Amino acid sequence: MTRRPIGAIVAAAALLAALLFPIYWMAVSSVTPESRLFEARPLVPVSVTADHYRALFDERSFLIPIRNSLVVAGSTTLVAVPLATLCAYALGRLRMRGKGALLALVLAVSMFPQISIVPPLYLILREVRLLDTYPGLVLPYLTFSTPLAVWLLTGFFRQLPRDLEEAARLDGASRLRALYDVVLPLAAPGVATTAILIFLYCWNEFLFALSFTLGPDRYTVPVAITLFRGRYQVPWGQVLAATVVATAPVVLLVLAFQRRIVAGLTAGASKG
Amino acid sequence: MPDPMTRPARAEARLGWLLVSPALGLILLVSLGPILATTWEALHGHDLRLPWLGRPFIGLANFVEAAGDPRFLAALARTVAFAAVSVPIELALGLALALVMHATVRGRALVRVAALLPWAIPTVVAALIWRFIFDAQAGILTASLRDLGAIDAAFDWLVHPVAAWVPIIGADVWKTTPFVAILLLAGLQTIDPALDEAARIDGAGAVRRFATITLPLVGPALVVAAAFRTLDALRLFDLAYVLTGGGPGTATEPLSLYAFIALMQRLRFGYGSALSVTVFLLTFACALIWVRALGRLDRYAAPNEDSGPVAGPHSGPSKGI
Repeated sequence: MTRRPIGAIVAAAALLAALLFPIYWMAVSSVTPESRLFEARPLVPVSVTADHYRALFDERSFLIPIRNSLVVAGSTTLVAVPLATLCAYALGRLRMRGKGALLALVLAVSMFPQISIVPPLYLILREVRLLDTYPGLVLPYLTFSTPLAVWLLTGFFRQLPRDLEEAARLDGASRLRALYDVVLPLAAPGVATTAILIFLYCWNEFLFALSFTLGPDRYTVPVAITLFRGRYQVPWGQVLAATVVATAPVVLLVLAFQRRIVAGLTAGASKG
Repeated sequence: MPDPMTRPARAEARLGWLLVSPALGLILLVSLGPILATTWEALHGHDLRLPWLGRPFIGLANFVEAAGDPRFLAALARTVAFAAVSVPIELALGLALALVMHATVRGRALVRVAALLPWAIPTVVAALIWRFIFDAQAGILTASLRDLGAIDAAFDWLVHPVAAWVPIIGADVWKTTPFVAILLLAGLQTIDPALDEAARIDGAGAVRRFATITLPLVGPALVVAAAFRTLDALRLFDLAYVLTGGGPGTATEPLSLYAFIALMQRLRFGYGSALSVTVFLLTFACALIWVRALGRLDRYAAPNEDSGPVAGPHSGPSKGI
């Protein structure tokens, strides 16, 4: 192996610090007493308090947005991923005409700027009285999660070896049988990764939630946090506690599935 | 091909369309339908605050109004400038991070997690963290710079029309550089180490090897990353909304935010839709340019059809992701 010059190590350490420090500082500040937040303080916490978290759940009822986010992100994932799995199997595995055009369409749709479909979605949801409801968020969320899931899963299906499926077919299994018995178990990691990514995207989504919810009963976590801000004074202690709570599930998913997520991000990488 | 082949082939295609149709139908219904509806809405005068005026067809009048609206033109220029400034920084730092990740032997998992975290956290959270770091009173960065004497005691980033961009760009770079790095890392990993080794034996220095081997081979991945990042930067919304609210005044207001204000605060749906359509057209034009760039690059670089890394769509909407 090569010797690593000291400069490279320093650069690596600096990059790591730059990536992690903001998150560290958020976590430390969220347990710092309000009175100390605004004065110069050391980088390691000296006095620690859970006050901000207590206020967050007792006074701000932060469990409600957490529940809303879980319901909306979970439902969207449950609808989008199965539909996308079928579609991606066909696009990744079957011979059919127009596949390239379909994939291009899927990719193009997943790139739509969200703001460009806000107006009709708002008018339709208002018309059918779905503003400020769970379905009224799941439906808009399907606009980006379905194409995204199709695109990711098509990449996964392409990477699977064909031999087993062909062997099952030669043994007389039908296409659907082979899909169910052979391909899906092989594709399970890819499907799980896609589900995680879709869940993350929905958990983090802001513009639709801001546009299609009307009050604290249906706010998702990102919307609820931003509306903490008073006009002139930011209640930083509680805001930071809320950001930590919003980040916690994300951190857990990343820690548990880091390899998978990286694989998922680069899965679409095999082009057709 | 003998004739019997066509029957199973046709059955396969039929099954394919059967499996594709639910998802495709959903995509057409919830994505493609609305984009057409927005365009149609943009051709109407529609103000939810003045319902008695109805919703008359007014042709391109909304677009004509936008062309003469200084706030729109400024937002358009700002959005393009934001992309032009932030994306190159992200590509450069992303390449650096990818090289670090590629070279890391010990602590690979640590580096990977460190890179994934900023990418994975909600954009709203990133905005708030950076707002806190840059806060006039509580901000650690502001305080440090003040102690160093680099800024004066009363300095507040968020009330300065140019300085207010610094935390926005900082947050964007911090959050999206890891994403660029992960795409580029995939590109780096396809490079045969023997190439580098051969060049070294021939006496090529590190800089020379980087410029003649690494950079050209990672080129397609770089273009893909640049494309995703530009499209994402052009629809900047979350960071501006949360960090500065577009202020001071409208100094940091991007196009998406102005469209949002026209729609959801002023309830001018016709005009707001026209603004939304311009965001769409801007990203669409940009996507076409990148697709052409990638096509040209592929023709030079790809000996076989599977080689060009075309990335996942993770910068799908949201970027907040």
